[in-house]
Order: sequence, then structure tokens, then C-alpha cells
Amino acid sequence: MSKRILVIVSILVLASLVLAACQPAATEAPAVEEPAAEEPAAEEPAAEEPAAEEPAGTLKIAILAPLSGSVPTFGVSTRDGALLAIKEWNEKGGVLGMQIETVVEDSQCEADPSVNAANKVIDQDGVKFIIGEVCSKASIPISEIAQEKGIVQISPTSTNETVTLKADGSTKEYVFRACFIDPFQGKVGAKFALDNLGAKNAFILFDQGNDYVRGLAEAFEATFTDNGGTVVGKETYTVQDTDFSAILAKVSEANPDVVYLPDYYNIINLVTAQAKEKGITAPFMGGDGWDSADLDRAASDGGYYTNHYSDQDTRQIVQDWVSNYEAEYGAVPDALATLAYDAANLLIAAIEEAGEADPAKVKDSLAAISWEGVSGTITYDEFHNPIKAAVILQVKDGEIVYVATVAP
Amino acid sequence: MEITSPSFGQRIIQGRWIGKIALVLVSLLTIWWVGNKAAQSPSLFYQQIVNGLQLGFVYALIALGYTMVYGIVKLINFAHGDVFMVGAFVSYYAVSKFSLHVWPSTIFPNISPIISVVLGTITVAILSMVICALLAIVIERIAYKPLRNAPRISALITAIGVSFFLEYFGALDFVFTPNFITYKRPFQISIWYLKDGFHKLESGTAAPDGSIIFSNILIIIILASLLLVLGLNFIVMRTKIGKAMRASSYDKPTARLMGINVDGVISITFAIGAALAGAAGILYATAYPQVFFWMGITPGLKAFIAAVLGGIGSIPGAFVGALIMGQAEVLSAGYISTPMRDAIAFAILILVLLVKPTGLYGEPEREKA
Repeated sequence: MSKRILVIVSILVLASLVLAACQPAATEAPAVEEPAAEEPAAEEPAAEEPAAEEPAGTLKIAILAPLSGSVPTFGVSTRDGALLAIKEWNEKGGVLGMQIETVVEDSQCEADPSVNAANKVIDQDGVKFIIGEVCSKASIPISEIAQEKGIVQISPTSTNETVTLKADGSTKEYVFRACFIDPFQGKVGAKFALDNLGAKNAFILFDQGNDYVRGLAEAFEATFTDNGGTVVGKETYTVQDTDFSAILAKVSEANPDVVYLPDYYNIINLVTAQAKEKGITAPFMGGDGWDSADLDRAASDGGYYTNHYSDQDTRQIVQDWVSNYEAEYGAVPDALATLAYDAANLLIAAIEEAGEADPAKVKDSLAAISWEGVSGTITYDEFHNPIKAAVILQVKDGEIVYVATVAP
Repeated sequence: MEITSPSFGQRIIQGRWIGKIALVLVSLLTIWWVGNKAAQSPSLFYQQIVNGLQLGFVYALIALGYTMVYGIVKLINFAHGDVFMVGAFVSYYAVSKFSLHVWPSTIFPNISPIISVVLGTITVAILSMVICALLAIVIERIAYKPLRNAPRISALITAIGVSFFLEYFGALDFVFTPNFITYKRPFQISIWYLKDGFHKLESGTAAPDGSIIFSNILIIIILASLLLVLGLNFIVMRTKIGKAMRASSYDKPTARLMGINVDGVISITFAIGAALAGAAGILYATAYPQVFFWMGITPGLKAFIAAVLGGIGSIPGAFVGALIMGQAEVLSAGYISTPMRDAIAFAILILVLLVKPTGLYGEPEREKA
């Protein structure tokens, strides 16, 4: 009798473990999530007059951003960043002698509203250039429309590869993005470890079940070994693990110069706290998953991570951007606003370079552009992913400090 | 006693000698494998044993709660892992929000800081244990007692329900929130290493090669666990309430006839088990400093396996089973692969059920007519 119960129970236990494994990690930190600054009451540019034909002397650019829905703060930052860029161009006299007019639509970070918004700005407002969306799941359907109708789209922050790729793996000619995609951070991290930290031996810890983490880890390993480094050990764990003592003992034994751990902050907090107890002195390194207010700065002290941008970057363009944004909106710009600002500038610069506001020509000049933005000098690879520098930040004495800008 | 036709499980068990040979082979292979790896780097092997001890002692405290409750009411209390979670959260709030771990120095400013932290930490531990005990009594009264005479499977399902309730009630924004929260340890960590004697490791420096590193957390976990287990053993074997527990476990109706308040005994059993889980919660959160609302699931399941491995219902069995589980997990993570550690833990459960369904220390089922 009790044997049977035990058999039943053990099946239940197994089942529940499987179910527990299916639970989503409670923290999903998308590429550029940062709490946006205070929402300033930016005036919505009025663009309600239906314009079948474009009046001479104005150029229309649409900003599609999630101003409501699950991530409204992202939408507000994105809109504000792009609007500031457009305002600066207009003050300089516009582009190709035309003033730029903006059409802002709320695309809600969802597929259907974003499709509606895209169709509305293209068909009703006659827009030929779109900045947006923030979320990949909204940018992808917009990119289908843009590609079909020959409208140039640039997404500031969507990291999913398929935003710029067709189903057959070729590039959507009209679609671009301003942020780097995830594996790129692994590349930059490896370069920084080799060149700036002088590391020869690296140990990689990663969660096999998380695409983001695995992507960064694989890219790090490839770049690190290709450039003369040695990966002395590689260990995987699962998102449910809390006891990392066994793998940390191996790290301690291997005595690496740097430990690459590109996971989200919750894992970082656990691993770095336990690493300190194992006497591991090698610095930990990661990606933008570390970028959270909940990062345990005491435990992860001395660690480095890659990110899109830092307001402590000393380059003039960054300092100008931070002070202009503060003057306009009264807050320090976050990564979303920065990338939107860069996206808008890239697009307008490409229009100017094309010499004509014709999407077919602008897409070519954008693909060939080299533009110094706040988040680095941007050029495009064949898949329309930007090749640009990432910033390296360090956790130091409870502060996040800017260390270096690393070009790929 | 109901007569059942041989079930699938029993048919396998009838060919038990095959399983025994398999078990012997698997054990020999494992010992050879681990021995081989250990010979390559003895210090890493000892380090892993130390890591396994830390995990095993925490599991032991949780496993004891499972085994005690099962021994008396034959209920697998799946909510136990979540009581453990509540214990961890109580200590988190006590330390981070109310600074209870330093109360002696707030009241008596002249007291030495060490005594203050020791007293304060013990206070936090006792608070957690008391709150867990009260919670378990409430759960028992509301959810389990009305089902005392219902089929056992009903109580089991209820226990799973209570478990989910505690998890997702805890996940509400005004309770524990669904976030991962960094746990603030009540005391400072000091790290030691063993190589030609014991040395203190200064923070920021690396230990010499071939040394075995451990922290004061390990010592505290081992001491606290041993103390609690000895205390439990004393209660069960030497006190009147312990005698009543053993009598109720043996035969409830007769115990009732002898004038034992069986319901009271059951409540106390739940309370003691939960207090141990509360203590385990603090120790676990101190060792792995993060608390979140489903932190209890995995350690709870592992401790349950440990209890089954040792023979559910047996107190020394739970303790030994937990130590084996701790080693099995850390050694498989250390020498095979980390994602395999859970697979291996559950493979152990299945093997034990096949070969020795009553566990290492389990007594053969006493069937009562």
C-alpha cells in the first residue's frame, strides 16, 4: 500500500520538477530595460491633417513607440530621444532644406496595434520613414509592412535577429536597427578581457537553457580563443540552481584570469556572493543582464559588464547629449532614449546623404553609412546590424563606473 | 488490509535481485569513477566533500520535518518546502527591515559586538522557528485535520494545494513580492582555508593552491543542525511528549485508548517539523543569499528524496539520507555535469524505491489489520 503511494508520489515529484523547470525565470531583463526617467509632458506634435501629397518643404518621419501597454516608460524615453534629435536637425535648418515633421503613434509593444499604427502612418499620413518599435514582437510585423511597401524603418532597441532578416535568412533591405544584437556583447567582452584586462585564461559559466546567456557565452568563447586566449573551463547550470559551490570549486581550481558569466542579475548575485566565499579573486564579467537596480553591488564588486551606453562616457557627443536631454526633459537619458536619438540621427543623416527623400535611395545610403552617434560610431553589416562600440562598466565600491569604450 | 493484485511496481520488485545486482554495479562504477577523478586532484575532491556537507546538513533539517510528519500521520506534507521559504523570509524581514540581529547592542550599547550578533542571530532564528511552527499548526488545523479519516490521496492533494497557496500568496506584491531579493546575512562572513593548519583568508586574496576553503557559514550550519537534531532526538526519545509521538506513530487508536491526546500530538509534530524547516530556511538563505517565493520547491523536493532514501518515518534515516543527497548532488555537479545533478538525485530515488522501497533505515511495513 505505502509502496504504491510512494511510487505515485515519486511520479508526482518528477512531474512537478518538470513543471517547475517550465516556469519562466521571474526576471526577464530584455536588452535595454532600464527604468525610464520621469515622464515629462512632452507636447505631442500635431500631425492630424491628412496629407495625401507632401507639402513642399516638410519631411514626415513617424515615431512608433509603446506609449501605453506593458512598457510605457520605454515608449516615452524612445519618443523623447527621437524628438530631441529631430528638434536639433530642425534648428539647424532641417534636412535637404526641408523641416522635419513628426507623426507619433502608440504601438503598445504588441503586434496588432503596431500593424495598425504602421498602416495608418504610411497610408493616411504618407510617411516614408519610420523610427520604431521598441519591442521585437512589434518591430517584426512593422518590418514586414515596411519591406513590402518600401518604407525605411529603423528600430532603436529591438534585438531579435529576425527584425532585419527575412524568413529565408536574407536581409530586409528597408529595415535597420540602432542597437547591437546580443551575441555582439560576448565579442566585445572577450576583446576587453584580452586587451584591457590582459587576461589569458577565461572560465565560462552559462545557463544552457537561456538563449540570451548561451548566445553571449558562445560569442565570448569564439572571440576569446580566436584572439589567443584560452578557455580553461566551461560549466553550465540551470536557472533553478542556488548552490554553485561545486562549479565554483572547479573555477577556483582552474585559477582563471577572468570568469565570464553573462546572466541576469539574480544569478549574478548568487554566484558572486558564493565565489567570494570560495576565495575566487578573478573578476567576473557579463552583459547587459547585469544592468539592474537589484544587482548586489557588494557581492559583484570588481565585476565588469558590457552595456549600450554610459552617461559617464567622456566623449563630447555623449556629454552634449546628456546635458541637452537634461535641459529639455529634466532627467538623465537612459539607454532607450539614447538609442532612439541615435536611430533618428542615423536616419536623417542617411536622408541627407542620399540627397533625396526617396526610401529606395535612403536605404542604400543608410546601409553604407558611417555615423558617430552617442552609442558609438555606427556602420552596418550585411544583416543591417550595427557594428559599433560597446561600453564597459565596472561595479566598484557600490557604484557603477564607466571603464572603457570597446570597438569590435 | 485490502488485498490488491500485483501491481506494475510489485511485479518489478518481485524480480528484485536484478535490481540489487544493478545497484551494486552502479555503486561500484560510481565509486571507481569518483575515486579516479579524486586521485587527479585530491584537494578539489575534499573541497567538493566540504561543499556537499554544507548542502547535506541543510537538507537534513528539512528532511526531518517530512519524516516526522510521515511517521505519525502518514502524510507527505508537500507544503513543508514552502514553510521553509516562509522561514527564510521571516528572517529576511527581521534582519533587513527591523535589524533584529543587532538588538542587544541597540538596547545595551556597551555590549561586545560579537555577543550582540550571536544573541541577535539566535533571536532571529527563534523568531523564524516560532512563526513557522505557528503557521504549520494553522495549516494542520485548517487543511489536514478535516481530512484525517479521508483517503490518504485526498490529504496528499490538499498538501500540494497548500504548497501552491503559500507560494503564490507569497508572490503577491503586498506579501513577499515576486522578485528575487538579496538576503542580508545577520553576521559577517569569515573565510578560512586548510593547508598545513587552519588560516584565515583575507578578503580579496586568493588561497594557495591545494587548500580547502570553507567559511564560518559551514561551521554554523553543521553546529546548528547537529544541535537541533540532538534536541529533536532528546524530545522524541526522552520526553513524555516524545513517548506519546512514538505511541501515536505505532498505533493511533490504541494510543488514544491509553489516554493520549493524539490530535495534540499531531499538532506538536507539525510544529516541531516546521520549526526545523524555519531554521533550515535561515541557514539556507545565509549560505545562498537570495530569497524568492518559490525557493522552497527544489530544496523541499530534494529533502523529500533524502527522507525516502533514508527510510521515510525514520529520523536517523532522514539525517543520513540528506547527507548522502548532499554529497551525491555536489559530486555529480563537480565530476559529471551540473545539469545532471537533479537527474542523478531523482535516479537515486527511483533506484531506492525499486531495490529497497522502505529506504536505508526503514522498517518493513507493519500491516495492521
